Amino acid sequence: MASDNRPLSPHLGIYRWQISMTMSILHRLTGIWLSLGSLALIYWLIAVAAGPDIYAMAQTLLGSWIGQVLMWTWAFSLFYHLCNGIRHLFWDAGRGFEIRAFYITGYSVWIISGALTVVAILFAYTHGSHP
Amino acid sequence: MAEFTLPKNSRVQQGKTWKAADGAKNIRRFQVYRYDPDSGRNPRMDTYEVDLDKCGPMVLDALLKIKNEIDATLTLRRSCREGVCGSCAMNIDGTNTLACTHDIADIKGDVKVYPLPHMPVIKDLVPDLTHFFAQYASIKPWIRTESPPPDRERLQSKEERAKLDGLYECILCACCSTACPSYWWNSDRYLGPALLLQSYRWIADSRDETTGERLDELQDPFKLYRCHTIMNCTRTCPKRLNPAKSIAEIKKLLVEREH
Repeated sequence: MASDNRPLSPHLGIYRWQISMTMSILHRLTGIWLSLGSLALIYWLIAVAAGPDIYAMAQTLLGSWIGQVLMWTWAFSLFYHLCNGIRHLFWDAGRGFEIRAFYITGYSVWIISGALTVVAILFAYTHGSHP
Repeated sequence: MAEFTLPKNSRVQQGKTWKAADGAKNIRRFQVYRYDPDSGRNPRMDTYEVDLDKCGPMVLDALLKIKNEIDATLTLRRSCREGVCGSCAMNIDGTNTLACTHDIADIKGDVKVYPLPHMPVIKDLVPDLTHFFAQYASIKPWIRTESPPPDRERLQSKEERAKLDGLYECILCACCSTACPSYWWNSDRYLGPALLLQSYRWIADSRDETTGERLDELQDPFKLYRCHTIMNCTRTCPKRLNPAKSIAEIKKLLVEREH
């Protein structure tokens, strides 16, 4: 049969967007984003070791509004990836697969990671030394 | 690599609209994916206006009404019309389900009907399931034994039999597998939720004596471990089964036998 000519049925474009697939892809994206964030962390650590001038430049860069927005996204990524990672550990143990449990834990991840992000940002702005 | 867009020959175009007869009051629009292999043209979406006052309650009733009364060229699979055979699996209102058990009243707005996602289309709502069933054959879906045949049936205790509940009900409609993004991008090597649930059905069967071999077969980066617990499978199963949990059970067994 000439199956090569057959069209491929629509998939991503027509499938109703589910919280299941959203949370899964976000877990991946935050993971990728965090590995990029670790490069920023390494840059900062090198700057600390490289003397006051370079450190001051790093502080200015990371303290700029772009730097701050990036920090917020990394903070959220860290907490989301952490919370959803714990959810994955439960799944690896064979638990939490009932649809109800799935939704309860899913929404909990959103709420807890959002709350932790807000707390972390508030803490950083009230306790941290920023330029 | 994941292809997020459709190939050129698969892009869906605007099709025809078939108006309802004059005097119809309770009209619902059905947008249906059409592909005619003989035309040499791309797939299209045809719109049919269906008078729900003269139609059964399920999406399959409407599709058959379209086929019988409006456009006889519409092609679809169906058989039992009561959720047992799995033939009329398709993408309805954005998720995969059986047309025969999906109530039109549960859908808001126009009813959009596509074939099962990310499959080669033979015609209209009929996908090519050859690869899916070849994968099914590859898991050897029957009881395999090494001990000599007993004089009578191989018996199970009630507890052993209970382990098959939630597994034996699978009708292989392929709704779950074709709802799985991982299966979309990796179906050449990943078995997908339906066949992993089926694999577990034979692993969990007390009468099967080849559990070790079955697990060896699945110890593979692609066949099993492309499952990332996305959970679209369990979310969409029209029989309310839990393929994601079965996959987790297989993963657990593989870990346990290493220790």
